[in-house]
Amino acid sequence: MAKLDTITLSVLQAALQQVCDEMDLTFSRAAFSPVIAEANDRSDGIYSAVDGSLIAQGSQGLPVFVGVMQYSTKTVIEMIADGRCLAPEPGDIYIVNDPYLGGTHLMDVRFVMPVYRDGKIFCWLSNTGHWPDIGGSVPGGFSASATAVEQEGLRLPPVKLFKKGVLDPEIYAIICSNIRVADQRIGDIRAQAAALLIGQDRLNEILDRYGDETVVEAIAELRRRAAEQMRASIAVIPDGVYRSQAFVDSDGVVNEPLTINLAVEKQGDTLTFDFAGSSKPCAGPMNSVLATTLSSVYLAMRHIFPEVPISAGAFEPLDVKRPEGTFLDAKYPRPVSGCAAEVSQRIAEAVFAAMVQALPEKVTAAPAGSSGNFALGGNDPARGRDYVMYQISGGGYGGNAGHDGLSNGCSTIGISKSPPVEIMEQAFPVLYRHYALREGSGGAGKHRGGFGLAYEVEILRGEARASFVMDHGRFGPQGALGGKDGAPNSVTVFRGGEAHVPPHLSKEQDIALKAGDRVRVGTPGGGGYGNPRERDPKQVAEDVRLGYYTAEQAREMFGGEPVNG
Amino acid sequence: MDEKFSASAGSVVAGIDVGGTFTDLLLIDGKAGGKVHIAKTPTTVENQAFGVVSALGATGFPVDGIDLIVHGTTTTTNAVLERRLARTGMITTRGFRDVIELGRRTRPQAYGMTGTFVPVIPRDLRLEVSERVEASGAVRISLDEAEMREAVKKLLDAGCESLVIHFLHSYANPAHERRAAEIAAEIWPNGHITTGHALLSEAREFERGVTAAVNASVQPILERYVERLRKELAGKGYARDFLIMNGNGGMISARFVTLESAKTVMSGPASGVIAAAYTGKRAGFGNLVTYDMGGTSTDVALIRNAEPAVSNEIEIEYAMPIHVPMVAVHTVGAGGGSIARVDAAGLIQIGPESAGANPGPICYGRGGAEPTITDANLVLGRLAPKKLLAVDNPVTVERVTGIFQEKIGKRTGLSGVEAAGAVLRLGNMKMAGAIRMVSVSRGHDPRDFALFAFGGAGPLHATALARELGLPRVLVPARPGITNALGCVVADMRHDFVNTINMPVASLDEAKLRAVLERHRDEGEALIAKEAVKPDAIRVTHSADMQFVGQTHIINVPLPSLAVSRETLQLLFEKAYFARFKVELPEIRANLVNLNTSVTGVRPQIDLSRLIDPAGRAATLEEARREIRPVWYHGTWHDTPVYAREKLPLDAAIEGPAILEQMDATTVLEPGDHARSDADGNIIIDIGEA
Repeated sequence: MAKLDTITLSVLQAALQQVCDEMDLTFSRAAFSPVIAEANDRSDGIYSAVDGSLIAQGSQGLPVFVGVMQYSTKTVIEMIADGRCLAPEPGDIYIVNDPYLGGTHLMDVRFVMPVYRDGKIFCWLSNTGHWPDIGGSVPGGFSASATAVEQEGLRLPPVKLFKKGVLDPEIYAIICSNIRVADQRIGDIRAQAAALLIGQDRLNEILDRYGDETVVEAIAELRRRAAEQMRASIAVIPDGVYRSQAFVDSDGVVNEPLTINLAVEKQGDTLTFDFAGSSKPCAGPMNSVLATTLSSVYLAMRHIFPEVPISAGAFEPLDVKRPEGTFLDAKYPRPVSGCAAEVSQRIAEAVFAAMVQALPEKVTAAPAGSSGNFALGGNDPARGRDYVMYQISGGGYGGNAGHDGLSNGCSTIGISKSPPVEIMEQAFPVLYRHYALREGSGGAGKHRGGFGLAYEVEILRGEARASFVMDHGRFGPQGALGGKDGAPNSVTVFRGGEAHVPPHLSKEQDIALKAGDRVRVGTPGGGGYGNPRERDPKQVAEDVRLGYYTAEQAREMFGGEPVNG
Repeated sequence: MDEKFSASAGSVVAGIDVGGTFTDLLLIDGKAGGKVHIAKTPTTVENQAFGVVSALGATGFPVDGIDLIVHGTTTTTNAVLERRLARTGMITTRGFRDVIELGRRTRPQAYGMTGTFVPVIPRDLRLEVSERVEASGAVRISLDEAEMREAVKKLLDAGCESLVIHFLHSYANPAHERRAAEIAAEIWPNGHITTGHALLSEAREFERGVTAAVNASVQPILERYVERLRKELAGKGYARDFLIMNGNGGMISARFVTLESAKTVMSGPASGVIAAAYTGKRAGFGNLVTYDMGGTSTDVALIRNAEPAVSNEIEIEYAMPIHVPMVAVHTVGAGGGSIARVDAAGLIQIGPESAGANPGPICYGRGGAEPTITDANLVLGRLAPKKLLAVDNPVTVERVTGIFQEKIGKRTGLSGVEAAGAVLRLGNMKMAGAIRMVSVSRGHDPRDFALFAFGGAGPLHATALARELGLPRVLVPARPGITNALGCVVADMRHDFVNTINMPVASLDEAKLRAVLERHRDEGEALIAKEAVKPDAIRVTHSADMQFVGQTHIINVPLPSLAVSRETLQLLFEKAYFARFKVELPEIRANLVNLNTSVTGVRPQIDLSRLIDPAGRAATLEEARREIRPVWYHGTWHDTPVYAREKLPLDAAIEGPAILEQMDATTVLEPGDHARSDADGNIIIDIGEA
């Protein structure tokens, strides 16, 4: 440690971060899949040569990928060691999407590349991108009623997609003959590889400039210090056990809520997360694999302590007990398509609900916490072609110590923008009747929740099938410290003038629609924070004046008469 | 105002730029061989016109002797950022009044579930009427004119003085918006009616709606300001039309500027970039990364072949897009006031907190107590203590050093000076990273670029940043502190046009493309013909925004002429794509997204050789030297000569380490750097080996 001074250490921390940020930027800009290019559903990072543990990760990566890739990288290293995977050579890039080998759902495809220095592996670079399709029973991969992973798509163990820098045409051909819209995947594959190669160039520059040994030392020291920083953040929390629950509406197959039970124990400078008592593995796709469960805890903690850099060290003081025997630690062949988009957000909600008791100044009431996936697949007779349309939508954020919650915020685990109505109407035979702030949906509180979104889509031509993978239909996002829950998600389908509400409320697959039929969605409002009766009457009056609540709602939800001022 | 003014080399042109703190004036007197007059007066926040007039007064030059005044104002910028907007109403398609409040489902930062957002127009002033146009442009529901009248009256009664009409798919069929505007005009007492399609005829209702809303909300404010300034100037004897700087880096007559007021919102940073392009071109540097460091933020832009990059997708703050062609200036959230601290892990971090202008760095003596980058420069001898400490209540260098020791050194085992050195190094490193992301990381080779440093603090950090970024050269203009005013003086008249095509290259109709570009050219030329100033020449450039079919991001490809074949388009795009990503995709077709044209009315060359008065230059380097003082570079003190910049002999060759001081900027040469001056008085620094 003698020669590694604080300055060099600080400089290298920023330098490694910049390598990852530049990989993120390249990946998004070059990608074809709008999920990657627009929604930034991707992440890039640097991983240890020894055990795959996380060294640095891009600051604009999709939050749910925080920490996930260290598990897939670790698996690749282990499988190479015991001969289940071909040994690496310079220029090789492995591809893997197996959820049970340290993944999320099948659509999240990982590239893993060794970086060599003097003939030895110095570290690994890895990235994940959400491909728009990976085969399986429904386009896009979000089957609400799958009961085994095989129905969800093509599952790839770690195999070399690039051998010594050259794309393997055989593996590429296997992939392309198993997925939809295969012709554009070459673009995403090239983009995903280009990001790793740019990362390798930048990393080599840093190693050349500072010396491999110094960087190795710095990585170890940064890890130690990140752990220290997380411990320091945790230390201010009063010792004790903080309990919470969160509920997934159903698994999409069996119409019963799934329960997440969480006890967070704070002792000294460690937090232990215990999910004991959570529901058993489920029949439908709302299972989570271990890597996703861990990552969900990490991302929730990072929302609470955004200043702690993402690295394996930051996770050390977070002890997540393996939730064996629950739906949060699903094994082959349980279906898992809902884990990254929805279950992860319920896990984060449970963490928020526990931690807001411990850190009321820092943590918010529950946010809408759903990606709001609505897929419409059909045929447009006017253009003579099939289409698949995705609508993702935001919802209200939770109130917090300082402010009301944000309206129509993106999902807890994502940072993606929703598509404009005009672009949707250009591309698909649909017409939006309204796209509006969902009045009255923000949970009451001293600081109320933000408002959800209300939209209604009409099918203009042809026939189509609608599918929904949303959540919070049964219970709204929970309020905190006396605040009330936000409005639950609502889906109503009007077929031939008749209203149909999905039996599972927020999930259903293949609802047959004709021209003139309509889908109406209201996304959840955020949970309220603090006693609603403590809300400044002037703010209540302002909310009524702006039409956020009716006068009657305001009286019911906040009590007393709104004051004009 | 009737006479058409032809600015020739022999005329008197004044550029006046209003900044946050100072109003800068640069007057070049062509009648006196390019003699330069400069003035810096405090900005008058409530009415910027007073500051403008006092700057004019400060030169002593008779106002009625000025041939042309070109003005850059932050009136609209401040109005938006401080939300001091005109009361504005919005009328939308039924069901869509919340579009500008909902945004595109985002949050201000990737991590942290908090944040607030205030829409430009509050919800109670957003009304809906029955009407609906489909994506194809077909009318589905006719405009309900009675409802429209009703809504207009309601907004008028609510005290609105400006109005936005924002209907869905108006870019495809503007008939409803036009009719609605006619109806409104019958009732509305003034001309402040903005229709969504008029400013930005592109799909994306949120971006178009916000652009229109910003335009309408600043229009009355800009109009009042222009009127006040016109009166003030007329009172001083300047009766001609004056020109105002636009965000696209071109100027426009004050008579027309309010129509598209939103375009002035980013005009301040744009004029600096224009000055950089102009100065760089004269100095023989077509490729520049511009670097304007201020107190709280730093503006960065890219110039290739003397052309500033232009973007149609600027976001001026969180969820506040203004989608009209503007000089692509990227703002990095770090500046001289960025605060340094030691985090819980014992590592030094810079920002994002900033001491801003108030209290400002410790050394300003306004009560700042946290160490900033500016303070580090002071401790390290880069900034002259005498100059800076004169500003307010003096704080000694020893005291500032002590604070570095206390706040940074204690936990990291560094002395106060070492701590300041660490803060400076880390600050430069972070800034370089952010600059790389928006400039050279986009497929450009840094070795082809020079760093153009301006603003008060730009030249102070430029050599260190260039080293970090791998740029071989730094260009410090003669007057770094008044670069924006210079931008006003040298700017051309410019109009930009965008047309969305969105078709695969293979199925394009070449004749139609040509027709679009010709129409752009004709419209632009007609607009320039209406201006009060006659240009020397008209320059027309075309470009295409392209992508591979299936992508959403675009790459801008300059077009050699308006007659381009499909093959040429394909080829140009593939070349540009490979340069950016090192990826070839022969299996995928190319797509043409937008056709762009900019039409420029070129003004006569302006002589910059007297920006620094030649008479003041010393005969030898020795004579220009002010002192020798110790300055900290890379871990040790070096005795460093300090020169008065304006006295440097024009042929001087300066070896680093050295410091060049002038009224409003300090340039640092690190050990190993070599500097020379060119005929315009620019300092060109070759970066030495680290």
